[in-house]
Amino acid sequence: MTVCNMSIEAGARAGMIAPDATTFDYLRGRDLAPRDFDRAVARWESLPSDAGAVYDRVEVFAAGDVVPQVTWGTNPAQVVGVDGRVPDPAALADATDRAGAARALEYMGLEAGTPIAGIPVDRVFIGSCTNSRIEDLRAAALVVRGHTVAPHVRAMVVPGSGRVKRQAEAEGLDRVFREAGFEWREAGCSMCLGMNPDTLAPGERCASTSNRNFEGRQGKGGRTHLVSPAMAAAAAVAGHFTDVRGWSFR
Amino acid sequence: MQPFTTHAGTVAPMDRANVDTDQIIPKQFLKRIERTGFGQFLFFDWRFLPDGTPDPAFELNRPLRHGASILLARRNFGCGSSREHAPWALSDHGFRVVIAPTFADIFYANCFQNGMLPVKLDEADVDELFRRAAAAEAAGSPYRLTVDLGACEIRDDAGFVRAFAVDPFRRTCLLEGLDNIGLSLKHVDSIAAWEAAHGLPPVGGPGA
Repeated sequence: MTVCNMSIEAGARAGMIAPDATTFDYLRGRDLAPRDFDRAVARWESLPSDAGAVYDRVEVFAAGDVVPQVTWGTNPAQVVGVDGRVPDPAALADATDRAGAARALEYMGLEAGTPIAGIPVDRVFIGSCTNSRIEDLRAAALVVRGHTVAPHVRAMVVPGSGRVKRQAEAEGLDRVFREAGFEWREAGCSMCLGMNPDTLAPGERCASTSNRNFEGRQGKGGRTHLVSPAMAAAAAVAGHFTDVRGWSFR
Repeated sequence: MQPFTTHAGTVAPMDRANVDTDQIIPKQFLKRIERTGFGQFLFFDWRFLPDGTPDPAFELNRPLRHGASILLARRNFGCGSSREHAPWALSDHGFRVVIAPTFADIFYANCFQNGMLPVKLDEADVDELFRRAAAAEAAGSPYRLTVDLGACEIRDDAGFVRAFAVDPFRRTCLLEGLDNIGLSLKHVDSIAAWEAAHGLPPVGGPGA
């Protein structure tokens, strides 16, 4: 679902993934799943692209090789691995990209060349439809377990739905977050887009698992860095961005 | 829907790429239940200072650009959330045309559903329009363009003429002022006949 959601930011109208056993198992038994489920599965199994289908462009990624990503700018394409640095706009080949990057760095209050790991955060938001399924909360809780949120950080977890919230509570994840110093909140959109009072103050820097980092998205003047749930959890504990691949799990 | 045939108006240059829908109409204004009234909030966080007065540094607040109906911008205009409020806000504010090298796909389609014409021009032509607008404004007058959807042509008073491409079906719908509902209602007799033959209530539901 994260990939489908974010396909829009790559210019797509929709992002589709061929349904497989993971999808079917996820849907089986849910409130709105078809009653004749096996028949539905048989139909869905006919949906993957035909063998020999032709694509305009094919990109292959090995997910395991992708360094955890952190956005540095004000759209999701302005992103770099956590082992990277804030890019220098002057080094960009295209004039429009240069102007956009310079504007983004000014808004984000970042200097070109700053290592991403080590940039301090004020807020951490684990939530949104894109990244707060039960699996996301489990991944974040695994990082948080036995640790404490850094004293200068305000961190919150907003489950993706009421069902996810109940499931997480049944698994004791809410206690892991609360004991570490996270706020455990009701399901909702919350700080993904800040339509309710959950917003950043001007200049506040946030590690967020939501899906858009546009200017003002989380509050006027707020500075959003998009990261995965595990990376957000690690930033909450460390007080700055850090590579979760080197985490000391407890 | 208001048809779009030929439009002559003044240009507001906005020299930015990737203008996203969160800037066009920030989320705190999405709670209205009408399609109208969003213009006052257009580009709100850029347009206004914290005390609510217009920010003189924001490009659309320059006096020569007041009343502009043609927005000139850089690539990937309208990216971000798929909120239809973005074209509603631009239209409500008085914009009828947006010119850019590229548009985000959903925003682009939404313009046609709301009587607005998005015009894609080559980067070089967009550069030229920015130059001409800057020259006109430096001479103390706003830059004027005429956008002719019938001829698929855009021109100024000083020799700039460019053809632009637009999907023929979308062009026809805009010329005739048809959004998707208007288009469906052109077939209302066939729909009603089909529904009657199938024992369904008439178009618009029972009692309509």
